[in-house]
Amino acid sequence: MNLRLPSKVLEHIISFIDSNEDRNSVSLVCKSWFETERKTRKRVFVGNCYAITPAAVARRFPEMRSLTLKGKPHFADYNLVPDGWGGYAWPWIEAMAKKSPSLEEIRLKRMVVTDECLELIAASFKDFKVLVLTSCEGFSTDGIAAIAATCRNLRVLELRECIVEDLGGDWLSYFPETSTSLVSLDFSCLDSEVKLSDLERLVSRSPDLKSLKLNPAVTVDGLESLLRRAPQLTELGTGSFSAELKPEAFSKLSEAFTNCKQLKCLSGLWDVLPEYLPALYSVCPGLTSLNLSYATVRMPDLVELLRRCSKLQKLWVMDLIEDKGLETVASCCKELRELRVFPSVPDLDATNVALTEQGLVFVSQGCPKLESVLYFCVQFTNAALITIARNRPNIKCFRLCVIEPFAPDYKTNEPLDKGFKAIAERCKYLQRLSVSGLLTDKAFKYIAKHAKKVRMLSVAFAGDSDLMLHHLLSGCESLKKLEIRDCPFGDTALLENASKLETMRSLWLSSCFVSFGACKLLSQKMPRLNVEVIDEHPPETRPESSPVERIYIYRTVAGPRLDMPEFVWTIHKNPEIGVSHLAIK
Amino acid sequence: MSESVAAEHDYIGLSEFPTMEATMSDITKNEDGLNFKATELRLGLPGSESPERVDQRFLSIKSSCPVSGAKRVFSDAINGSNKWVFSSGSTTATGDVGSGSGPGSSAVKDGKSTTFTKPAVPVKEQKSSATAPASKAQVVGWPPIRSFRKNTMASSQSLKQGNNSEIEEAEAKSGPEQPCLYVKVSMEGAPYLRKIDLKTYKSYLELSSALEKMFSCFTIGQFGSHGGCGRDGLNESRLTDLLRGSEYVVTYEDKDSDWMLVGDVPWEMFLCSCKKLRIMKSSEAIGLAPRVMEKCRSRN
Repeated sequence: MNLRLPSKVLEHIISFIDSNEDRNSVSLVCKSWFETERKTRKRVFVGNCYAITPAAVARRFPEMRSLTLKGKPHFADYNLVPDGWGGYAWPWIEAMAKKSPSLEEIRLKRMVVTDECLELIAASFKDFKVLVLTSCEGFSTDGIAAIAATCRNLRVLELRECIVEDLGGDWLSYFPETSTSLVSLDFSCLDSEVKLSDLERLVSRSPDLKSLKLNPAVTVDGLESLLRRAPQLTELGTGSFSAELKPEAFSKLSEAFTNCKQLKCLSGLWDVLPEYLPALYSVCPGLTSLNLSYATVRMPDLVELLRRCSKLQKLWVMDLIEDKGLETVASCCKELRELRVFPSVPDLDATNVALTEQGLVFVSQGCPKLESVLYFCVQFTNAALITIARNRPNIKCFRLCVIEPFAPDYKTNEPLDKGFKAIAERCKYLQRLSVSGLLTDKAFKYIAKHAKKVRMLSVAFAGDSDLMLHHLLSGCESLKKLEIRDCPFGDTALLENASKLETMRSLWLSSCFVSFGACKLLSQKMPRLNVEVIDEHPPETRPESSPVERIYIYRTVAGPRLDMPEFVWTIHKNPEIGVSHLAIK
Repeated sequence: MSESVAAEHDYIGLSEFPTMEATMSDITKNEDGLNFKATELRLGLPGSESPERVDQRFLSIKSSCPVSGAKRVFSDAINGSNKWVFSSGSTTATGDVGSGSGPGSSAVKDGKSTTFTKPAVPVKEQKSSATAPASKAQVVGWPPIRSFRKNTMASSQSLKQGNNSEIEEAEAKSGPEQPCLYVKVSMEGAPYLRKIDLKTYKSYLELSSALEKMFSCFTIGQFGSHGGCGRDGLNESRLTDLLRGSEYVVTYEDKDSDWMLVGDVPWEMFLCSCKKLRIMKSSEAIGLAPRVMEKCRSRN
């Protein structure tokens, strides 16, 4: 019986599907479902900007209104990807300007964005509403000014941890003089001072403004003035507090915060003086998200603040919180879902920071909804890991960074294999995992077998042999992104499991022992993988068996990329052409 | 003071791993009697250069993307972040662990001043290029902290160290400082401003041809292909005609907030007194009264 839904009905049904993963599944059912789905997809996500050409995306999704792109590999965050590697936004902006002029939202992560890109966005998309740049670089405040001046319907402008050439604070004055439609503005990564009067006036004429994240150049007085004008804010990133405490300023600030009755997210707090923290007490009971990771404040002051935050769901903090502080968090913040503990600067204080594995154990015991963890700690134990896994099988993201490479369980001197085995076994919904400390191949056998839902795995300074990679690539059913550095495996596992790589978005290997010959072989065996070697010397000048420094392998339907710098080499599918950094001669 | 220490850890081979452990633990017992593996890590095989050094070369490659003409990425800021030395309590053995370690010393790159140094446990100094005042050589990208965080922490550290700290911070974040004379250039009808460094031009001629290139896109009323502003001969010559003809004039605001026609005073004098530039239609420039300027600005 051949039952076919009329396409209008199908379209209507599919329009209720938001998740792109589901939509991808829908599009695989049959041609007509593919066609209907593609014509109705409004939000397009491309996890690797080199996996597909911009033209192909524009062609496939004519109704696209929102585009999200990611460029450089994740390890670029830690300076493992040299400058000039790639990830240029330009080809995408150029293509969309021509073919998708109705685009309203662009979100870019780890890409190189130039002023020309921003100017083209401003000039091309008449109804442009949302620009979010995360960990991007290559542009200046001139480009931001262009967006501010031209995009009359701009709702969201967020620069998150970007490296921006800051030519001064004038860009803010380019927002239209009449009221704006701004809902969210984040310029926390800019250095220059913005004229407070410009900012005040902007805030006053932006009635929809809900999220405002200031840069450190904004002072306490400025903050107070802005809060008075925008008591409706739900998200606030403060400026800096580095001035001395003036009692009048303090009480004014306190009052301003008291009037912000809808504040849910608080961040910034650069170098906040502990004396200012009481000004925040009034908003604590309502806070769901608190980022104290730049607040160099001691444990007792942190505890005073945190014990008032009973609704807190997300906490980012430095290790200055110590085990004791986390114990308080465990008893007061019962709604906690996400915890990130960052290392503080080593010589910030004279005494040793008292943060150990016990802190995380406390939180795992006390916070039943805890599902996402990022924890930097000098050392760890298997027992702690096992306890955490037992307490919190609902953990979805577990990233432990034992700062000391190769550090074993400091109580038993064993590898941390058992601990991570427990995590993999018990946390059945685990999607993201970062391992560290001393680990043998066995650890990866356990992870491969049990971590069925892990999509992203990060490994450093671990394992003994090719077995570790073999385990990972022959197990880990849901693996999409694997990044490995400084592990002692060679070619065998990689070549034997080549087919796995096409089921993944990408694989990053650095400072391992994979040889150039293996890269060549892999590239020639797998037509739909780009195998890119990052090496300052042409790999051909060395014997095929010599290891290459960094390899980035990703699946693609776009063929080798055309914008590789001199130090990125790809191996042509055609063995006659050999190796070059020019994809096509 | 602080010493630059090379961290060496040889991946000689898989079976030798336990042996290396044993060697390390002899050398690296800290005060608590715990065995810590030395944080000695060298990336790459014996004989090959440490990737950190290679990194330095990478970071000096200012490649421009042929497709987008990307401006030089601001590696200076990124460079600065690598000095965030994270020293744990362990000692580090120096010297060549294992054979053929070659010139594998991995000193922290570059000599930007905003490092905070923890007094290192006394170690033998390696023959590394001791450019950085870091107390320990660091493995690139370890611990995995984002550059942004490292930079922010580094500059807040330097602030706390007082005196000249603001200067240091500015240096760390904005790269080499050179006296430059940024002025805003606006144009009647253009949706946004440009900013130029007057010190990069030596004469009115250079300035005017730069302005022609920069603003030709607007007079034509559309955006040329990337980088195409001014490259299309037709655009350039048309703008030249416009600028040299009667349609547009270039004016500037001087130190007294008066608007003047560009070109009337000697170049050096102009450099000293120019605060901002504006390209306006000749008809608008008549009189050059400040109120007229206000009107023009607010219309944009």
